[in-house]
Amino acid sequence: MDSVRRAADLDLELTPQPVFPAPTSLANGRRGFVGRISTVGAETAAAGGLAAPELERRLLEMGFVEGARVEIIHEGFIGKDPICVRLDDMRVAVRRRDVRGIMVQAGEP
Amino acid sequence: MTAAKVVEPVAGAAPRTLRVALVGNPNSGKTAMFNALTGSRQKVANYAGVTVERKEGHLMGADGRRISILDLPGTYSLRARSPDEVITRDVVLGRLISEPAPDVVVLVADATNLRLVLRLGLEMKAVGIPAVMALNMIDIAERQGLDIDVDRLSRELAMPIIGTVATRRRGMEDLVRLIEERAASAAPVQPSAWREPSAVELRALHREAERIQKACVKPPKRPDTFTGRLDDVLLHPVAGILVLLGVLFLMFQAVFAWAAPLMDLSNSGFEALSAWVGTLLPEGILKSLISDGIIAGVGSVVVFLPQIVILFLFIILLEDFGYMARAAFLLDKIMGGAGLHGRAFIPLLSSFACAIPGIMATRVIDNKHDRLTTILVAPLMTCSARIPVYTLIISAFIPRQQVMGFLNLQGLVFFGLYAAGLVSALTVAFVVRKIFWRSDAEPFLMELPAYKTPDPLNVLRNVLQRAQIFLQRAGTTILSMMILIWFLCAFPGAPSGATGPAIDYSFAGMIGHAIEPVLGPVGFNWQMSVALIPGMAAREVAVGALGTVYSISGDNTSLLGASLAHQWSLASALAFLAWYVFAPQCASTLAVVKRETNSWRWPIIMFLYMTALAYVAAFIVYRIAVAFGAG
Ligand SMILES: Nc1nc2c(ncn2[C@@H]2O[C@H](COP(=O)(O)OP(=O)(O)O)[C@@H](O)[C@H]2O)c(=O)[nH]1
Repeated sequence: MDSVRRAADLDLELTPQPVFPAPTSLANGRRGFVGRISTVGAETAAAGGLAAPELERRLLEMGFVEGARVEIIHEGFIGKDPICVRLDDMRVAVRRRDVRGIMVQAGEP
Repeated sequence: MTAAKVVEPVAGAAPRTLRVALVGNPNSGKTAMFNALTGSRQKVANYAGVTVERKEGHLMGADGRRISILDLPGTYSLRARSPDEVITRDVVLGRLISEPAPDVVVLVADATNLRLVLRLGLEMKAVGIPAVMALNMIDIAERQGLDIDVDRLSRELAMPIIGTVATRRRGMEDLVRLIEERAASAAPVQPSAWREPSAVELRALHREAERIQKACVKPPKRPDTFTGRLDDVLLHPVAGILVLLGVLFLMFQAVFAWAAPLMDLSNSGFEALSAWVGTLLPEGILKSLISDGIIAGVGSVVVFLPQIVILFLFIILLEDFGYMARAAFLLDKIMGGAGLHGRAFIPLLSSFACAIPGIMATRVIDNKHDRLTTILVAPLMTCSARIPVYTLIISAFIPRQQVMGFLNLQGLVFFGLYAAGLVSALTVAFVVRKIFWRSDAEPFLMELPAYKTPDPLNVLRNVLQRAQIFLQRAGTTILSMMILIWFLCAFPGAPSGATGPAIDYSFAGMIGHAIEPVLGPVGFNWQMSVALIPGMAAREVAVGALGTVYSISGDNTSLLGASLAHQWSLASALAFLAWYVFAPQCASTLAVVKRETNSWRWPIIMFLYMTALAYVAAFIVYRIAVAFGAG
């Protein structure tokens, strides 16, 4: 994770106009965020929760797949959780901790 | 020569029933389609050994052949994630022993939201399941100017496709015709060919679905902006919460207050009937059985109907409109803190009126463990049947006195009892989740469907179906429990020349006396112990039962209150109130839990844990009160 960010920073220094900002986790996105999914993974939650491979498949089945357009359109009122995302042409509600493994690239391509 | 050969249809005999199953994503209009196809010819049961509802109906095909339609739980994939989805998968693949594989599967698709159902269609195509696609909500697609290349789509998915509007019954004849044609040409399925797709295969399926979507569907000319604009209000951190509170308040009012006149009417109707039958029959056991046992028992079932009908009217309206998913979104954080699903708010709120409709309403929760947790804690919410008991004891024992200048002490105790119920419900839910089902905290992944105007006929049909299910299934269990309780209270009768009340000599009296030593440490005397037994019929019956054991005739509760104030210590009275916060002895609740979970295991667990809590609470309250000199 750290090395990915450093590589991206390096990239930033070398090229005057960065084409894409570094991917960030969808779990940290704020309302109004627009971007595309670059990788779908899953982390096993610390306390309980599904095993990572199972969570990954469920996310895929819900339409969270590489290349899909995501936009965070609503946030819950306590701790801004859960979030409601526009996923291509669907609206899906998720908890932030379940989408920690989904990396997104900001910007409208 | 096998047995199957013998029953094979001979020429001229009626052909075998054509078996059809409906499969689709949630909110695709599957229920509406099932209703449109089968009308009122429906039967609801459970699959053997599981709590999943089995809905089957039938219709007659063009050639007079009987077509049976099975409505399967909604799913996004054949890879099942819940008991409901396991049923869908196993039926579709012909793996269920009790359920022969369907001849044709109808894939119900929301024409305005095809992406995910395309992948399900591809999964079915890969296994070779004979399928027909019903491209539903085609009216909305037309309104949006959505352009779908149906011929191409049909070729890609290898299944015939027909546009339908389930709520208007549009396209149903053509759908039935397609089903019959498909059945005639279908090759047998090899269910063994299916296995769970891996994450890599899922991605590949997605790309394939994406390609088909791009090739066959042009973006709508007039996309739905209404849903987005309404969501800006309904999911707003402030406005959304206010609307939600308004909706909840309205629902609470409806279940609590609007149902009351109907319930009173039902109560007095059955009382009048019972009295009238009483005048026709000679005094004796038969009269008692008919008027106190059967008629009162049927009455105690029917009395729940107004609440159940009103509650389900709300639930189905909110569900069909698309609001239910929004409410779950708004409440997920609060409910989630107690280990409950966002949707649990409806059952819990309804349980303030009565746990029976509340427990039936847990059907809105899909996940099995979330649902069971909600069922287990629902009876801890203070139901309206506890109010007469609280009122009786509070007015007899708690002085009508002001505290801190403006608070009424009686009101404060009342409020405290409500709060105790709520807090213990959330605590128990939390403990159950943390200790027993810690390992499978389900992710909260929910599609928010587009808003739709509910279809009145469809709503009416679904509400009536709930009422019917209650009467048929829960009603019979409740009725038999009522008759059992009547029997315990009426037999054996009092010997001639007896001085005490008749109930004292009955089985109920014997049980009451037998458990009195156990209840002694919490301050209950034998009258209180005996009153708990008929109190099983319904919590408020305890008031009447106390009247009976103290030989106070009629409904004179103020006289009863005065008598209690004279005979009970304050500590005993408080212990009785603490017991009633948990009040484990409602037979109807246990009966409904049995029906809803399809086993005796959960009602037994519920009874045991609630009795334990009631005992501990009453014990603590009694001991503290005695220590403060109230014994
Ligand atoms: N306009 C329109 N609405 C429909 C159609 N089919 C179903 N609906 C509505 O869509 C909503 C969801 O339908 P339902 O049958 O409950 O979906 P299920 O979750 O798949 O069972 C309800 O409000 C229905 O009235 C249709 O063909 N056209």
